[in-house]
This record gives sequence, C-alpha cells and structure tokens, in this order.
Amino acid sequence: MADIFDAYALADAWDEMFERPGEVRTAYEPVLAALQPIEPGELRFRADQMARAFTDRGVTYAFAGEERPWPLDLVPRILDALEWDFIQRGVSQRVRALEAYLADAYGPCRAFEDGVVPWRLLLGSAHFHRAAHGVEPPGGVRIHVAGIDLVRDEAGDFRVLEDNVRVPSGVSYVIENRRAMTRVFPSLFDGQHVVPVDGYPARLLAALRAAAPERTADPRVVVLTPGPSNAAYFEHALLARLMGVQLVEGHDLVCRGNRVWMRTTRGEVPVHVVYRRLDDDFLDPLHFRPDSVIGCPGIMSAAVAGNVTLANAVGNGVADDKLLYTYVPDLIRYYLSEEPILPNVESFRPDEPGQLEAVLDQIDRLVVKPVDGAGGQGIVIGPKADAKTLERTRRAVAADPRGFIAQRPVALSTSPTLAGERMAPRHIDLRPFAVNDGNDVWVLPGGLTRVALQEGNLIVNSSQGGGSKDTWVLAEGPAEGPARSADEGAPPAVAPRQLGPDGTPAGVQEGAQQQ
Amino acid sequence: MNDVILSRIAEALTWTGRYVERADATARILDAYLHRMLEDPWRDEDLACRSLYAILGVDAGPDPVDMQQVLDQLAFDARSTCSIEGALGAARLNARSAREAVSSAMWECLNATWHALADQRRAARRTGPYGYLELVRSRAALFFGLADSTMSRDDSWRFVVLGRSLERVDMTVRLLSVRVLDAAHAPDWPTLLSASGADEAYARVYGGFGDTPRVAEFLLLDRDFPRSALHALTTAEECLSALGRPRQDPARRPIGRLRTRLEYLDSPALEEQLPILLRDLQTACMASAEAVTERFFPHQGPVVWAQEGA
Repeated sequence: MADIFDAYALADAWDEMFERPGEVRTAYEPVLAALQPIEPGELRFRADQMARAFTDRGVTYAFAGEERPWPLDLVPRILDALEWDFIQRGVSQRVRALEAYLADAYGPCRAFEDGVVPWRLLLGSAHFHRAAHGVEPPGGVRIHVAGIDLVRDEAGDFRVLEDNVRVPSGVSYVIENRRAMTRVFPSLFDGQHVVPVDGYPARLLAALRAAAPERTADPRVVVLTPGPSNAAYFEHALLARLMGVQLVEGHDLVCRGNRVWMRTTRGEVPVHVVYRRLDDDFLDPLHFRPDSVIGCPGIMSAAVAGNVTLANAVGNGVADDKLLYTYVPDLIRYYLSEEPILPNVESFRPDEPGQLEAVLDQIDRLVVKPVDGAGGQGIVIGPKADAKTLERTRRAVAADPRGFIAQRPVALSTSPTLAGERMAPRHIDLRPFAVNDGNDVWVLPGGLTRVALQEGNLIVNSSQGGGSKDTWVLAEGPAEGPARSADEGAPPAVAPRQLGPDGTPAGVQEGAQQQ
Repeated sequence: MNDVILSRIAEALTWTGRYVERADATARILDAYLHRMLEDPWRDEDLACRSLYAILGVDAGPDPVDMQQVLDQLAFDARSTCSIEGALGAARLNARSAREAVSSAMWECLNATWHALADQRRAARRTGPYGYLELVRSRAALFFGLADSTMSRDDSWRFVVLGRSLERVDMTVRLLSVRVLDAAHAPDWPTLLSASGADEAYARVYGGFGDTPRVAEFLLLDRDFPRSALHALTTAEECLSALGRPRQDPARRPIGRLRTRLEYLDSPALEEQLPILLRDLQTACMASAEAVTERFFPHQGPVVWAQEGA
C-alpha cells in the first residue's frame, strides 16, 4: 500500500520518528498509524485549513515584507516523559546558573575574581549596563522568562545551542499551535496523553506579580510593546489578553518622581511591573539610545530606585552573549556545584590565545557565529560555504576575535514534514520556555519546535523562512487526583429543557415535539 | 399600523431568540469540552460526555458514551431542540412563521445557516466538528447583530431579547449546576469559563486564574458581563417591565426577586449558598417562562377533527 511515508529516506542525522527506515520509535506509533492511511490531498486540505485559521486569527509573521500565516506542519514533534524530565531539569539548571551569574556580574563579581570567567567578557560586552549595577531585583530574579535553544545531535543527545534571557519570543506560537492542532486534527490526539500547554499565562502572571517591588499589596502588571508594527506584536497582545493585563506602548507610560504611571481615562494609574518586550537599547531614551521613540523616558531611574520591576531585567544581555555561552558549563559547576545536565555544542573561542589560529585553519569545517547575532543572522556554515565567503569570514574573525565563536557543525535531528505531497525529513530544533518566579524555575511542557523548510537547511529561524511543529510531551500518568471509577453513578439530574413551538404548522404539531 | 403584536407572533419571536441562543451556547459548550478532552491527558471520555448530557438536560442512557455519540445527539440531531441542528431548525421555522415581524436580513441569516449546516456536518465527519461549531457561533452572533441593528425597539424586539435572556440564564445555571452538584463529572473551571465565552472577560477582571468561588461569582454576579446570570436577568426584567402593565406581574416577579437577591448577595456567602441559589434560579426562570406563555400567548387546545362515522 502506497502512503505518504513511502519514499521517506532518512537524512544523515537522528530522525525523530524512525529508528531505521520503516522502524518507528515507540512514542510515534499512534501518530504514524493515524497519518498513514490519509491521502496526500487530504493532508493538503488540512494544511490549507490551518493556514486560513491562522490568517483569520492574525497569527502571522512578516516574511520578505509580507504577512504570511504562521507555518505549522501537521506532524507533531513528540517527547516522551523521560526525555522531557531530562530536558526540563537541564533547562532549569541552566537558568539557575545564568541567574547566579547575572547576580554576580552586577554585584560582587566573584567569578571574575576567581578566574572562572575573564573580566574582558563582562567589560567588553555591549550589553553590560552600568545602570543595572547594584540594582537588587525583588526575589533575586532577573530572568523572569528564558528561552533555551536545544538541538539533538547525530547520537540523539540534546545539546544547548544558545540561551535567550533578554526578550525571548515564540511562546505564543506554542499556545496557538496546540490550539490549531486540536481543532484541525482532533483525531491525531485519540488515545494519546499529551500534557497541556495552556497553563503558561497564569504562571507568567504569577511570576510577574511575585517580582513586584515590595510594599505593593496588589501590584499592577503591564506588557510593554513597541507597537503593532513589531513582528512579535501578536504575541504581546496574546499574552496581555490571556493574563488579563494592559498592553501598553511607551507613550502610554509617564515617569514622575521615579515612579511609573499609565495614562488612563480615569487619570494616571501607578504601574509596578513592566513585562517589556523591547530591547534595553530602546527602553529609555534618557539612559540608552536617545533616538528611541518607543521607550519611556525615566523608566530606568524608576527601576534603579526600586519602584518598578522590569522583566526581564536590564543588562541580561551579558548572560546570553554567545561567547559567555561557552563558559556556561563552568558556571554551572562554579555556582551550583552540579554537573551540567545538558551539554553545550563543542565550541572554540577565537579571542583566546592559540584558539584563533585553530579556528582560522579549519574554518571550512566549523560553524562561525557572531556573538551578538539574532534570528540566525550572520551565521556561516563552513562545510556549505564557498571559498569567497570563507575568505571573508576568515578576515572578519581575524579582525575581531571577540566578535565571533566557532562551533563543530551539528547535524540537527530531522522530523517528517509535509513537503508537497509527501513526507520528507527536515531539520528541527527546540526552544523550551522557562519561567522563574523566585522560588522555582518552571519549564513549559514542550516548547517551540522550529523546522527548516528547505531540504538540508540547518537554520530554523522563522525570519529565515522556517516553519514549526506542535510539540507534544507525553504524560506518564495522572499527577494527582484520585482515580475515578466509571461506576460512580450518573451525574446529577439537571432539569429538562423547556420546549416551545418548533414552528411546524398547527395540526402536525401533535406529537411532533420531541425531547 | 403595527402597534400591536399577535400572540402567535410574539411566541414565535420569543422562541426564535431562545433557540438561536441555545444553539450558540451549545456550540460553545461542546467546543470547550472537546478542546479540554483533547488537551487533558487524563480525561475520562465517558464521564465527560455524561456531564455534557447532564448540562444539556438530555438522558445519556446506561451504556458508555463517547464524543461521536455526543455530537450526533447534541449537535447533529435535527429532531431534538436540545441539539444545535434541532434548535436552529426550530428557530428558522419560528422565524418563518413570524416573517413579517423579523427583518428580512434576520430571516435570511437563519435560512442560509440552516442550509449551510449540511456541508459543515459532512466536513465534520471528516476533519472534526470545529468548523461546524464555528459556523454556528458566528451565525448566531450575526443573527443577534442583525436583530440589534434592523429591529425597532418595539415589543417584537423585546420578545426576541426576552427569549434570549431567559435561555442565557438557563444555560449559565446549567453549566454551574453540574460543576457544583457533582465535582466528579464536572468540567474544570477554565473549561467552564470558555464554555460561557467568558475567559477573556474574566481574565481582565481577576487575572488569568480560575478558582472556584471567583468563577462562580463572575458567572452569576458580574454586572458588566453580558452572559452573567445577573446581567441576563436584568435584561429580561427590563423587557418584561416594558411589555407588562400590571404591577403584580407573575412573569416578572420571580425574576425580579432573584435579581435583587443576586444584587445584594455577599460574595463570601456565595459558595455555601450556591446549590440552593442555582436551584432557585432554575425554578424562577421556568416559572417566569411559563407565566410569559400564559399571559402573552395563552394557548387554545389544538383543534381535533373527528372523522364522521369513525
């Protein structure tokens, strides 16, 4: 019997669904069984339905200057309970270590004194902000939300690719992907135990409220957005809506006497926590870029004075610099006295003596990344680059060794993805989202799985034309609550419905009123 | 000169409003439940389906029930006005029998909806019921939007709104009743909120958490949310006071009594009073609906023709 998986040829990487050609991994058995009998035309139809639903709901992203529906592939990415337990422990550990590093970098600087991390890493970082020095955030939290990017290597091991602790985005797509899948493809979930993802907004709000300056009984939280033209505006609006808080733009806020207020029809109302979705540079023209018109003048002073909490904290960029990334395993050992659960990808630091030459020599076999790049920009994949690009990269690295790191290329794991009329392997990554409320780092079950839609492409960012998948974490069993037996009797009787005329002409009406 | 309204027409208008609201609420409840079933890894399909039957006042029978059966009985069954299709069919026929009282736009909306259901029903068999439920909800909104913008605020309008409001209270009370009387079969609070279309409004008032007393309080007592029991009762009472003349109006009295009780209820006392309150609400709505029937559209028994020499 021919089916959409017929010509599925494994790429040179770990495949999420198939152990070997034709041999499916246990977690995927039900999904494969549900997908196999479906005609390609039917899958297309559902994919189109999905795209229409996303367009209607405004779940779009800007690609090459036009609004496109968020691309969601129909085949979910599945993590079993054991894999997930491992990932969430690793992610939470990483966030705790970075949290400790930030507290140290903007405080006593022990790690630099002890030689764990060189001073120049801090002082040479464009994201080191004096203004943040000595600010004691409530609950000691600077990373209220983190997005830690993971990849799965050839051996099937998860590794951290990069940390995002400034303004990580994408969580709205996790929520929307699940919503779309349950509505467009309900049969796929039959008999599966997939952990829900809709608890995120409540967790986030709790963490933000917990981060409010002390002395506020009922803190007011707002989401600060650059505005509707921002690529992630949909996400800002969604989070504000689901948390039931105001979505504000810079000019809706006003700072006076080191306090932040928002302008409302009932006068100015104090604001205590600002979940800001814009970068440090644009936050406050008095402190950072003076030409920023989307920030709020004076908000930084209010934060330094402890009258408002900014989430995430200003200056977090020193912790997700790609060069610092190479030190994170050491930081985990140093601050937490634990062994790293999730390993890094093997990396070189061109700014260290001796390593620059090694990098320049084998640049055709390495992946070179600017330490400051976002959205997959500026990455050069040595084995796939032409001589001219390699030469240009070589010169760039030699001129600014602090500006780059180099990594061993990892063949990202693949997952079956609908390409035209059939399934083909495409490379994927995973961005789990963590929320830190000061007591506990909670990791949203699953996260955002991004797909590189071009064959062989290793860059999955949506700004580069990537797609996404719904990410399932399979539950082990009921976490709480007594087992309910089916013979607990019937539910209570609620009164029967009232009936009125059903509009059929009189005369036929006798007996036509059915319950 | 249309300063009066036939009893028969008034009845048809009331039930058109009621049935469209019923279809709308049923679609929302089914959607919320379906979604929860797919999203909750530890669901028990039979229990969840039974609580749906209980909410909608339909007998589930002794055998295990599943979601497909629920849809067949509570969405696609054209013969029962407790199902979406049956309610919309009855609304359409009622509107047709009151063709000169409802605007053409309203009638066409109901008629087109009725004809569009078959396609969506077939698609639902293939890809799941979401598109079907979505159609029902958007058309119900369109219908009431057209009523709002094309009907004069005369008695015809009041009967439509009265029907809608009574059904609204009834539905909200049903949802809460199953939750309060029997936690084992009950939907969780977030499901309950989305089944009432109240999740976003609730989040704005309380922040995104649904806990017991507050959700019940919101769905019963919130003054500003149109589907709360208090809001719908107030609307129903306004319609009745504009329609009625006698001071001791048997249709208005039970509703007015409960409205004041809700208005002045202590929130802390709500939780313990909830079971009794829900029962009284249900009783009041029924009593009021019966009194409306008696007063505005008194029924003659059907004429029975006797065959000569039979």
